[in-house]
Amino acid sequence: MSTESNMPTATPPNHFTSYPRFIFRSLVLATDGSWLFYAWMTLLTAMTLVGVHAWAVQVRDGMILTNMTDQVSWGLYIANFTFMVGVAAGAVMMVIPAYLYRDKEMHDVVIIGEILAVAAMIMCLLFVIVDLGRPDRFWHMLPFIGRFHWPISMLTWDVIVLNGYLLLNLHICGYLLYIRFLGKKPNPKWYIPFVYLSIFWAISIHTVTAFLYCGLGGRPFWNTALLAPRFLASAFVAGPAFLILAMQVIRRFSNFRISDHPMRILVNIIRVAILIGLLMVVSEIFTEFYTGGAHIASAQYLYFGLHGHNALVPWIWTSIACTIIAAFIFMKPNIIKHKWALDVACILAFIGLWIEKGMGLIVPGFVPSTLHEIVEYLPSMTEYKITVGIWAFGLMIFTVGLKIAIPILTEQLSTQQISKQQENEVQLPVNSHAD
Amino acid sequence: MSEESKHSLPVINNGMSRRTLLKGVGATLGASSFAIAIAPIAQWAKDTSVDEFLQQHYKELSSSDLDQVITRLEQDAKDKYGADVTIRDHQPLPDVQFAYALNLSICIGCRRCAEACHQENNHDRATSNSYIRVLEMDKGSLNLEHGKVNYDHPVPADDKFYMPVQCQQCENAPCVNVCPVEATWQEEDGIVVVDYNWCIGCRYCEAACPYHARRFNWKKPEIPKQEINPKQGYLSNRIRPQGVVEKCHFCLHRTRQGQLPACLEACPTGARVFGNVLDPDSEIRWVLENKRVFVLKEELGTKPRFFYFFDE
Repeated sequence: MSTESNMPTATPPNHFTSYPRFIFRSLVLATDGSWLFYAWMTLLTAMTLVGVHAWAVQVRDGMILTNMTDQVSWGLYIANFTFMVGVAAGAVMMVIPAYLYRDKEMHDVVIIGEILAVAAMIMCLLFVIVDLGRPDRFWHMLPFIGRFHWPISMLTWDVIVLNGYLLLNLHICGYLLYIRFLGKKPNPKWYIPFVYLSIFWAISIHTVTAFLYCGLGGRPFWNTALLAPRFLASAFVAGPAFLILAMQVIRRFSNFRISDHPMRILVNIIRVAILIGLLMVVSEIFTEFYTGGAHIASAQYLYFGLHGHNALVPWIWTSIACTIIAAFIFMKPNIIKHKWALDVACILAFIGLWIEKGMGLIVPGFVPSTLHEIVEYLPSMTEYKITVGIWAFGLMIFTVGLKIAIPILTEQLSTQQISKQQENEVQLPVNSHAD
Repeated sequence: MSEESKHSLPVINNGMSRRTLLKGVGATLGASSFAIAIAPIAQWAKDTSVDEFLQQHYKELSSSDLDQVITRLEQDAKDKYGADVTIRDHQPLPDVQFAYALNLSICIGCRRCAEACHQENNHDRATSNSYIRVLEMDKGSLNLEHGKVNYDHPVPADDKFYMPVQCQQCENAPCVNVCPVEATWQEEDGIVVVDYNWCIGCRYCEAACPYHARRFNWKKPEIPKQEINPKQGYLSNRIRPQGVVEKCHFCLHRTRQGQLPACLEACPTGARVFGNVLDPDSEIRWVLENKRVFVLKEELGTKPRFFYFFDE
């Protein structure tokens, strides 16, 4: 580390040599750690490989290995895709306080949210790829190279906003980390405009993803103007809930000092968003069931079962129970002091919304089918394996991102302290990662 | 700067030698397990040629490109199914707008249309796939909610009528709008087709279609070679690849050559009427002018070319 910490006092950095060193240093940081870290990464690698294998077999033998049918033509993959778009968008709830409200302490930890956005976006893209019958033809979807059906197809909009959000966050994280690695002060011109853009962009990713579904006239269950607002409300619960849990893990396993303050802000955001979300669920349920008629068949199937078919009923009531209990716990005034209760609330909210956005939203859109056949769907083993694989891979990206970011951010602080005593002291190797 | 990097590297190496070794072992193990895990892809890739991978969209193929593609597909049918087939690229005829009408008063629900479709269009045998689904409906209601597709008794049953549903060839087709890669479009004679070699298999069209008209190839279609219909069209009944979407194409390999759709020819009651609405003497024109026809889910604004009617 001594080399890097001397950089600012020396001549201006030559990016052709310092950027490769940054990458190399990142690689070292990403692969060094305690035995617990190695065990964690080995576990995630093993789970990822199980998923890779299941996917390879699915590509070879066909999607017959899933439990999807011509009636229920999207399942667990698209369900997880939809949910992860929300998690990525929810990460913006750290960016807004940090940059719009200039909250200093949130600003110190905002990179956690940005890394989460990167990991979640990559997971989204993977969930789309594993859902393709012909992944070898993905290049047909690239603008200019393939035939990009823009602006008519909402899926092309989604390709643009999802990849755009990924690139924005990669740029912001990469720039800030590289500059701090050099020991310099970030130039606002190079990242503040992108941060503001990413705030609007975060809203757009979940709105466009909702438009994928609510624009389909043939699917009354999705064809509601409330879908995009509901997506956003649940995103602003699921994202912050994950971040609160992540921050507590980081506090425990690294020397990155995080105060309660950012968590308190996230709890406040969750309190509002979870209630708005529940209000919109009640509003939807009322409109559907009080009106009645053929359009409510999907809602009937989801909440109560239809003509003896009720595969999703236990899922959705689990989801509602989790969300309501979580909402009650979050309302506790000094919840931030009771970490155990806070963790339970975050986990319940995360699970509840994962079910609601996934099995509770995608699958009932297809049941009954457009010709009113009732074909039920529960995921197959292949689908579970691939899904677990992508989750493990996403957690791996998140872990690696933090492993790189935290030492660089904390060393930045140490560097300043060290440089004051630099003249008369021998430099100590800074070893910030837990070992 | 350079002095210090010279200095720092050996320090890291000395301190980390055992760990570096372990990392190397770990990386090697990881890479080889990845190779094993991904191996099924290699078996699958053997069946997919580079030409197929690089093939352009149907509308961008020159006639010589298309000839090459068709030769390759015919060879594939020989290699994989043992069948000698002829694939042609049937063009829409000038001054033709196809439409279909179905007389619900005389349809008896025998499902011979669905069976004829199954055979004509080289569908997978095991799943008995077909582009047509026949709904058994209660007399006195046009509500699809009360329709049944899996009825299993002698037909026609009392108090029931039968409604075959297939692609409605919508003028304002939701499936065409949602496709992210323009793999499906409406031809000049009104038929909505799919380029099976361009479709990426995202199934967004299946979600968008209000008539359950689209089918996905969940696996490679299996057909005994003696049952394969050798007269094939590039945009219609050629054997589809695994992992792409397909749909009813009004048997364009027949109808663009003056023949009638296979489902119509199979109908024992004459409930089906097909033709060119621009031809004033056609039967379809007479039906549309003289019968009170209706379309399914008119409120969605899809403008189907498939009409239903009852005798008075």
